[in-house]
Amino acid sequence: MSELIKKLSECVEFGKVDKNSPFPPQMKGQDGAFELTEQALKEGIDSQAILEEALVPAMDRVGKKFSENKIFVPQMLMSAKAMGAAMVVLKPYFMSGDIKTKGTFIIGTVFGDLHDIGKNLVAMMIEGSGWSVIDLGVDVSSDKFVETIKENPGAVVGLSALLTTTMVNMEEVTQAIKDASPETKVTIGGAPVNDDFCKKIGADNYSPDPQGVVEWLNKLAS
Amino acid sequence: MKYNKLVIDKPEDLMFGIAPNPVKTRRGLEIGGGAVYAELNFTLPTMSINKDTLTRVNQHYKEIAEGALERALHLNSKGVVLEFETLLEMTQTPSIGIELVKIMNEVCEKYYQQHGLASEIRLTPNDLREFERPALQRTSSLLEPMMELFEEGMLAGGDLLSIESTGGKEVSDEALMMCDIKGLMFALAVLGVRDMQFIWKKISALANKHNKIAAGDSACGFANTAMVLAEKKYIPTVFAALVRVISVVRSIVAVEEGAIGPEKDCGYEGPFLKAITGIPISMEGKTAACAHFSPIGNIAFACTDLWSNESVQNIKLLSGMAPTAYLEQLEYDVRLSNEALRMGKTHSQILQQLLVNSDVYTDPQALILAPENVIKISKSLIKGDTYIANAKNGALTALDIIEEAYNSGQLKLSDMETTYLPILRVDLESIPDDESQFVEMMLPMLDQSKFILAEYGL
Ligand code: B12
Repeated sequence: MSELIKKLSECVEFGKVDKNSPFPPQMKGQDGAFELTEQALKEGIDSQAILEEALVPAMDRVGKKFSENKIFVPQMLMSAKAMGAAMVVLKPYFMSGDIKTKGTFIIGTVFGDLHDIGKNLVAMMIEGSGWSVIDLGVDVSSDKFVETIKENPGAVVGLSALLTTTMVNMEEVTQAIKDASPETKVTIGGAPVNDDFCKKIGADNYSPDPQGVVEWLNKLAS
Repeated sequence: MKYNKLVIDKPEDLMFGIAPNPVKTRRGLEIGGGAVYAELNFTLPTMSINKDTLTRVNQHYKEIAEGALERALHLNSKGVVLEFETLLEMTQTPSIGIELVKIMNEVCEKYYQQHGLASEIRLTPNDLREFERPALQRTSSLLEPMMELFEEGMLAGGDLLSIESTGGKEVSDEALMMCDIKGLMFALAVLGVRDMQFIWKKISALANKHNKIAAGDSACGFANTAMVLAEKKYIPTVFAALVRVISVVRSIVAVEEGAIGPEKDCGYEGPFLKAITGIPISMEGKTAACAHFSPIGNIAFACTDLWSNESVQNIKLLSGMAPTAYLEQLEYDVRLSNEALRMGKTHSQILQQLLVNSDVYTDPQALILAPENVIKISKSLIKGDTYIANAKNGALTALDIIEEAYNSGQLKLSDMETTYLPILRVDLESIPDDESQFVEMMLPMLDQSKFILAEYGL
């Protein structure tokens, strides 16, 4: 692995967004993910390699550290921001098809429910593992999910709900998705739901945490 | 801030079951008048609320109230508060919520008339305004159904009025995840305070009009959320402890606007409010593990006047329905404290000491709830001239207490936690006391598409 790729990977792992960002203190004044991605492209490193060898492995390490309680969410968010800065530079390569993501993941909190802290974490981890994520926000209707799937054929869908009175809406959403596009895979999560409920409503996967769903998605993609 | 003197200024006077300004209710509960009562919270099991299920919804709440009060009677309870925290549909369509209050009030009245068991309903409509983003805190049409539920619900028998209002949450959600104490200060001491002034003027006016009790408003979406996140190891516990202290200046506004307690259960700023204003409070700890975990299971009881379980679904357990089972657990907890109160000051102080000592050094969030620390921090919380200054002073005193306990070896903190101590101090110290200066400092750092200043009178 080139020195540059290694450095870029570290920037993402430790949340160094760009040269001006004060975080983390020990990397103050150094180039960040933004500059190093530009430099890598300039040096002719393949854009797909930048994603797969620098960014994704870095987020993978971050995810592991987080699941082992070795870092807090703010550090993870800074890493996500650093990855985001690199993605801005890489965007044209995604558009042109030079870089292929693992797939598209559509996520939202089902209608009637406004809880989104957990959903946001899940979205961030999935993005970090090399998927492109469409976050529909909270209080999302069945129609909105179905419409977004139509615009993104082949996408996998994630539903979140935190209330016992809205988890039932997952059934309606899942049904609507399966009716409109039977092959679309649906994964669910949120404090009140479990595996049994997942089976009952005809969803394809339940994960109690972001790590679980990332593993499931990566199996799907491979 | 209106308060510049503590009503309770000695730790030994901060005691469960006793508040300087107790609250008397219609059926004769005297909250803070020498005994602790159970406050039962409950919610629906997995189901949707629509016109096809309404009969079943109504049945659930009737069954919950019947089951709880029958058990309370059997256990010789001195009185019970039933908290009815509404779900979205019950506020959106106020007639649903009002009907549920009516149903439960009939049960309360029956047990009162037939058996002399006193109970009251705390009515807590959910804050619908958070369904609009950016929120229209003052001009939203959603205020209408909320206020209708308050007014008609209190007439239907919901005597204690509460809410977990959400002013400032647009900013605090992200600030919590980023451990951004300045962002939280902005959310709570600027936006939160201003929204509390707005909404509690309305609630107090309605309560006065109908001779009902404006009770209080907890910073659930802020301090409780911080605790739940810290318990999951998502954010540092030292940060969550400071969020709780800062939330005091926001929640106290309800009292400034006319609320008289009991303060709501799930914010944990209650002990500070009790010390500063003398109102009775509700708290939740080990008996709320059905709803969320916490590091303050015992210490939360130390100076409470109502003892709550936060929320449990109406599902069947081996013993019976879950709310009935939780009523029993709460009842045994309060029976113990009431026996200590009956035996006199020495005994209640011993019980309090046990409750405090068993938790105090296990987590910074527990540490700051020890009565002597509550008094120390409360003194700082009233020292300054502005809400911001007070919140900052309170948080800095809490930080001193945490660092002292850590340095003396009593409180163990991981390196991950201690890294945050100096950062939090520097951030707090950088906050100006003056509101307009602080707003000016914060605006460039915040995503201004997320909130509307005018909706906060700014
Ligand atoms: C924070 C919180 C709030 C905040 C939400 C802030 C926000 N922006 O999300 C506020 C204050 C706004 C709020 C409001 C309400 N809340 Co609330 N809230 C909570 C609380 C304390 C924590 C939730 C949380 O954020 N946890 C931390 C995150 C990280 O965990 P998580 O969401 O579980 O997510 C993880 C996993 O579940 C999973 N996951 C999540 N989504 C997905 C999706 C996929 C696809 C996958 C694979 C995995 C996955 O991964 C995440 C990361 O590990 C819970 C208590 C609890 N026990 O959960 C109550 C709780 C859920 N709320 C409750 C209630 C009642 C309400 C209100 C109705 C209160 C009221 N009367 O106003 C309103 C409802 C508003 C609405 N319509 O949605 C009740 C629910 C009771 C019930 N009947 O189900 C709870 C259980 C508290 C209680 N009373 O006991 N709440």
